[in-house]
Amino acid sequence: MSVEVRIPTILRTFTGGAKAVHGTGATLQQVLDDIEARNPGLKDRIVESETLRRFVNVYVNDEDVRFSGGLNAPIADGDIVVVLPAVAGG
Amino acid sequence: MVRYASLAESVGHTPLVGLPHLSPSATVRLWAKLEDYNPTGSIKDRAVFTMIKAAETDGSLRPGATILEPTSGNTGIALAMAAKLGGYRLICVMPENTSLERKQLLAIWGAEIVSSPAEGGSNEAIRVAKQLAAEHPDWVMLYQYGNPANAEAHYLTTGPEILEDLPEVTHVVAGLGTTGTLMGVGRFFADKKADVKIIAAEPRYGELVYGLRNLEEGFVPELYDASYVTSRFSVGSRDAVRRVRELLEREGIFAGLSSGAILHAGLAQATKAVNAGESADIVLIIADGGWKYLSTGAYSGDLDASEDFLDTQVWA
Repeated sequence: MSVEVRIPTILRTFTGGAKAVHGTGATLQQVLDDIEARNPGLKDRIVESETLRRFVNVYVNDEDVRFSGGLNAPIADGDIVVVLPAVAGG
Repeated sequence: MVRYASLAESVGHTPLVGLPHLSPSATVRLWAKLEDYNPTGSIKDRAVFTMIKAAETDGSLRPGATILEPTSGNTGIALAMAAKLGGYRLICVMPENTSLERKQLLAIWGAEIVSSPAEGGSNEAIRVAKQLAAEHPDWVMLYQYGNPANAEAHYLTTGPEILEDLPEVTHVVAGLGTTGTLMGVGRFFADKKADVKIIAAEPRYGELVYGLRNLEEGFVPELYDASYVTSRFSVGSRDAVRRVRELLEREGIFAGLSSGAILHAGLAQATKAVNAGESADIVLIIADGGWKYLSTGAYSGDLDASEDFLDTQVWA
């Protein structure tokens, strides 16, 4: 169960500059725990008190996980997880 | 009745047209609400006239005042026209990486433009505008991201128009920027027909636009209340361009780039309904026409080149 997690520019200091890292897990929480083991400090920038940080959005196959279970969102082999800072439009 | 006392009175009442070629079946149908029929060619006319009226009524906007607003384009263009009619001066703070036509249109209607840096996109425009507002306390910032009148415009007009024209509506798909459309339409359907699904299509820009210095510079509009949204999808420039071309090829509709993102999210909902054996009537809010994006080259030629260029732009 390997998935690609795309990391935004401002968090690449935690991934040695890598644009994407790979992780395993059946839920978003498990995937984040898994990638944290090899990229220490990364999870803390995405999660705060067991919930997603206000200014961070996480998408699994382009769907915002806040509408599909949050940190408990199910993850399947081959999914693409995208982490982005929240930006405005309009 | 299509006679109005003035241009301002003619905002809204836009056509809802079927998309017979893109709809997957007779029971799963797509519909397009054509907001380019508004006076300045976008859905933002609804929000702008409602915000101005509210500010005139509560006394915060007085004759001769200067209006300041952060905008990636359409709100500014609508405001420029409304400001001309109302006798106000308008200053727009706009990211430098927006289409040429937006700047030209603002200039035509007499607005002044302050450019904000490309890195950080609209977040930077908002930051710069707030700074200018602090330096000029006499200027009036309507602030579309936090002004309840923005969402109210859609609660009072966009939502009711959809329900009147299509009582069987099951989904409404709209772009997510200020969140005004989604919040107003979402609240309207929560009150009137709560099983309608409200789908947000959010543009996913290139890395430049997400080039914030730190996460604390992130921004969520004060208007946003996730409880009015059913699902939210992120759509990149490649899918948006591909779909906006499809809308043109299959249905003859020449729409702006954000509408490509909306069609992409709408088609995903249609496929879901087909697979579940359910019927669906899915309304896509086509926020504007394609005219303002011609210079981006998005409507013809190489898809890779369009994608590469748009990845540097605030295209929605």
